[in-house]
Amino acid sequence: MSNKNIKTIRDPKLKLDILSREEVRKIHDATLQIIERVGIKFPSERALDIWEENGAQVSRESKIVWVKPSIIEEALRKAPARYPLAARDPAQDLKLDGNHVHLGTDGCGVEVIDINTKEKRTSCLQDVRDIARVADATEEVAFHWVPVSAQDAPTQARGLHEVKAVWENSTKHVQTESIYNAKEAGAAIEMAAILSGGREALRKRPVLSLMQCTAPPLAHDGGSIDAALLAAEAGIPTGFMTMAACLTTGPATMAGNLAVGNAEVISATALLQLAHPGAPVFYAAAQTASDLRTGAYTGGGPEDFLFGAATNNLSDFYNIPLSMGSFATGAKEPNWQAGLEGSLSTFMASLVMSDMLLGCGFLHGSRIWSYAEMMLDCEIFSIIEKMMRGIEVNEETLALETIASVGPGGHFLAQKHTRRHMHDLFLPQFLDRRPYGEWERNKDDARDWALAKARRILNEHQPDPLDEKVDREMNRIIASVENA
Amino acid sequence: MSEELYKEMAQSIIEGDSDKSVELAKKSIELQMHPLDTITKGFVVGVNYIGDQFGKGEAFLPELVMAGEAMKAAVATLEPELMKLGESREVMGRVVLATVEGDIHEIGKTLVGTMLSASGFEVYDLGVDQPAEKIIGKALEVDAHIIGMSALLTTTMVRQREVIEELDKEGLRPRIKVMVGGAPITKDWFQKIKADGYSEDAIGAVKIAKQLVGKADA
Repeated sequence: MSNKNIKTIRDPKLKLDILSREEVRKIHDATLQIIERVGIKFPSERALDIWEENGAQVSRESKIVWVKPSIIEEALRKAPARYPLAARDPAQDLKLDGNHVHLGTDGCGVEVIDINTKEKRTSCLQDVRDIARVADATEEVAFHWVPVSAQDAPTQARGLHEVKAVWENSTKHVQTESIYNAKEAGAAIEMAAILSGGREALRKRPVLSLMQCTAPPLAHDGGSIDAALLAAEAGIPTGFMTMAACLTTGPATMAGNLAVGNAEVISATALLQLAHPGAPVFYAAAQTASDLRTGAYTGGGPEDFLFGAATNNLSDFYNIPLSMGSFATGAKEPNWQAGLEGSLSTFMASLVMSDMLLGCGFLHGSRIWSYAEMMLDCEIFSIIEKMMRGIEVNEETLALETIASVGPGGHFLAQKHTRRHMHDLFLPQFLDRRPYGEWERNKDDARDWALAKARRILNEHQPDPLDEKVDREMNRIIASVENA
Repeated sequence: MSEELYKEMAQSIIEGDSDKSVELAKKSIELQMHPLDTITKGFVVGVNYIGDQFGKGEAFLPELVMAGEAMKAAVATLEPELMKLGESREVMGRVVLATVEGDIHEIGKTLVGTMLSASGFEVYDLGVDQPAEKIIGKALEVDAHIIGMSALLTTTMVRQREVIEELDKEGLRPRIKVMVGGAPITKDWFQKIKADGYSEDAIGAVKIAKQLVGKADA
């Protein structure tokens, strides 16, 4: 069954084996060696306590832990293979079961190309609302990330304002990567419980999930770890994302960089399972190669595309869902580079059935939000969704009777078979297939049409509002964090 | 004899070989060569060469960083000799670097530090999660020309403004110039908090630092 107003890749005909079982095993073994011999930094007293209780070697001074492979492997086996991401509207609950690829919005940017003035400016809370509203109406978007930072909201409760802004403007699932301390995490869980109708209901249908970034190489942020532990306790799906990048935060070689990233992700994942066995967890990654000239985070490029496909082999090996960075680009505006990088990264990550893709909408290394880019990314996702269905071969699709009735030299436009199947063909929104003369009149293109679509949605679409009581309760929680 | 040695010194920097550059620095001490000559006629030539190559797009960031590390190691070996002679090498300026309070991300800042020391700045890197009073205290202690602050989170970058406000309150600007950087730092933010310099990457940071101490490349 498909979700209301959500387009998802499922039942794929295309597939790709990018790493052999033996190669995955080698990366896993290297990872375990890293965790046991080099160690991983966990600057959280709570985390160090848990590691110590479970037999790891812990340095309270350096905050580094060294863990035996058996402890890690045993902990990882407790993680559930499948669970849902629930939505405010149950008809939009998403399955994370290895047979679906769901696209989300990307995050977390600091600037926005204003939808009206087309000028770049600092992001604010109203942008979070507007983007959520556009995404709510866009079928390619299955779930939200907090897309941009609400820089006009007070820093101590910013993450809460952001999550609420998305809930207010969309009925789809919300995943935030912008809550990275215990205080805000605790409040966000309370808010989610209010929306779900209590803690137990939230555990069954988590309307919120949390994504924490690792701090490569081989380290974690203490606040992130504490927030993740709270989320795991509440049964809120939690993932750790590595962005270890070849050359700077990881080795220049791709295999070595996968091992470094993997060590970060599975060490933290194992920690959550040791503390709260069976907690829903996911693997997250957006690995890339740093630029050889500047050292900058690039997003995009062939290494990025290969990482996009390889990572799912790792998360499959650990039998947990994957949230994979795709659509990343260094392009400064929606252009050739953005299209190239968005297409190849998303195609590669989809071929291996990454459960979640992050995500549409960004330029300049996930810093600048563009509504036009969002819509263009969504069309790329639609094209890939169509491609993933492959080619169906059977009596009906071979169309022998129709071919015979048209015969040599005729045409197929007026055939009943054509009427039955014409909508199997992809109907683009933004590909320019017009006569040259028509283009010449305005010289407009995909970017203009994409922006116009976003403007139309923003003007017209009214999402289901939050219940007034829920709204009040959420405001109370936010205020208590703000005024603490 | 010393000409040959100077060439070898430059080469050790170009190859980014810290072991070699330290070995050559020690040899120059044994040979009682003047440490300032060793630096300016030997090692600096290598740094300049790799810098030029980088500028032309023929050398890459890892080579630049390795050259910087080799240079730092050689200078550290020669430093005690300079002290004995009561001399010091000419520095471009003194820079205090830190990642602001609440933030533990530092690779960009560390890279800026390496680039600045390779370019002749004296760098005091305080590390991560540094409150305003620590940063300012260190700057006063070493009589810094520049404070450089990094942040990766929009919730911590506000700390950059706090340090600037504190400096203003104490009347320490423009004596101390402030540079800011980090992934979420935009030109708008830089202007809003009235910092003196901002760069999107480590190479740019060196140019800005040179401008701030009035020693910009022609």
